[in-house]
Amino acid sequence: MEHLISLFFRSIFVDNMIFAFFLGMCSFLAVSKNVKTSLGLGLAVTFVLLVTVPVDYLLQVYVLGPDCLIEGVDLSYLSFILFIAVIAGMTQLVEMAVEKYSPSLYAALGIFLPLIAVNCAIMGASLFMQQRINLDPSNTQYIGNVWDAIAYAVGSGLGWTLAIVSMGAIREKMQYSDVPKPLQGLGITFITVGLMAMAMMCFSGLKF
Amino acid sequence: MSKLFSKENKEVLVNPFNLDNPVLVQVLGICSSLAVTSQLKPAIVMGLAVAVITAFSNVIISLIRKTIPNRIRIIVQLVVVAALVTIVSQILKAFAYDVSVQLSVYVGLIITNCILMGRLEAFAMMNKPWPSFLDGLGNGLGYALILVVVGAVRELLGRGTLLGLTIIPQSAYDAGYINNGMMTMPAMALILVGCVIWIHRAYFYKEKEN
Repeated sequence: MEHLISLFFRSIFVDNMIFAFFLGMCSFLAVSKNVKTSLGLGLAVTFVLLVTVPVDYLLQVYVLGPDCLIEGVDLSYLSFILFIAVIAGMTQLVEMAVEKYSPSLYAALGIFLPLIAVNCAIMGASLFMQQRINLDPSNTQYIGNVWDAIAYAVGSGLGWTLAIVSMGAIREKMQYSDVPKPLQGLGITFITVGLMAMAMMCFSGLKF
Repeated sequence: MSKLFSKENKEVLVNPFNLDNPVLVQVLGICSSLAVTSQLKPAIVMGLAVAVITAFSNVIISLIRKTIPNRIRIIVQLVVVAALVTIVSQILKAFAYDVSVQLSVYVGLIITNCILMGRLEAFAMMNKPWPSFLDGLGNGLGYALILVVVGAVRELLGRGTLLGLTIIPQSAYDAGYINNGMMTMPAMALILVGCVIWIHRAYFYKEKEN
């Protein structure tokens, strides 16, 4: 239990997808123009992570790992293709479910929902999970069962949401400031994210 | 042969280097360009890997573009890219193991690099294989260029080396020069890319006004 909580909070604050690993930057920069759509996309990403990471974990442990399907065969080189297929399929399913049960949310998210399939945060979480299986069990980053995978997925998703929502809020305020012309838009956004990442480094000693 | 390097084809290849750079202007493929640039060597390897994969995935998709059903084209593209990335990742593991360890998950993340999907969607789906190859190569190298610039600055200021060779002389350290450890942190990568974009835009704004 203690490990779960520690893993969860670490993946929100210390191993933050945006500030520590730069994952999902493309949609982060494109969508973070205001708070509302940022929050919507953040929650959608969290949800897709919650579904795909545990599925990919089970695939890695019971299908792809050494000696799983066939004695003496390590299939982990197939992981890229399999993971991306799971992600693309899951995104399609989530899209269909959202369209059926909550048309208003579907209309609000628009094009960003299908684009989650090529969001590096999703693929990155699965690949990090694959690495973390091999860590020492005493390590706070270790993922040893499905619950760990779920905690990691939700934590990373919330961390990503936190980042994109705060960025959206800053950009809303920044419209009123006087930025040099060549720096406007993309340049100043990058520098702001850099400063935010510096602030987030304070959490790096976080322990539970 | 002259037809292969006609004016349009040349533009397709050269434009991504400055006017139409995928990282600076189209803002594609930012994720990996930040993460692998704390040193020069992984930045170069990553840039080349992306250039090769973009070029060949463009060729493959362009060859089969007429047979792909429109509804499932994203999945077809993803599978082609994933297969190429798997090959490159295995080659790196076999011949450059230390670099592949340094790059860790970011080799796998080439699959979700938006430059690839962007070029496949915007160019390869409606052009012949040879221009597609040049377009992929040009965009990949344009991306590699930014990686190399950011990687070189970060390694030089953060560690005082380039490609592992010491550049800043011992006498400078004796005189009180200190490596800027901040440069090796993730945060500085973001700020540096922001500055590169700033310089690039300032320069091209001036050209436009002239």
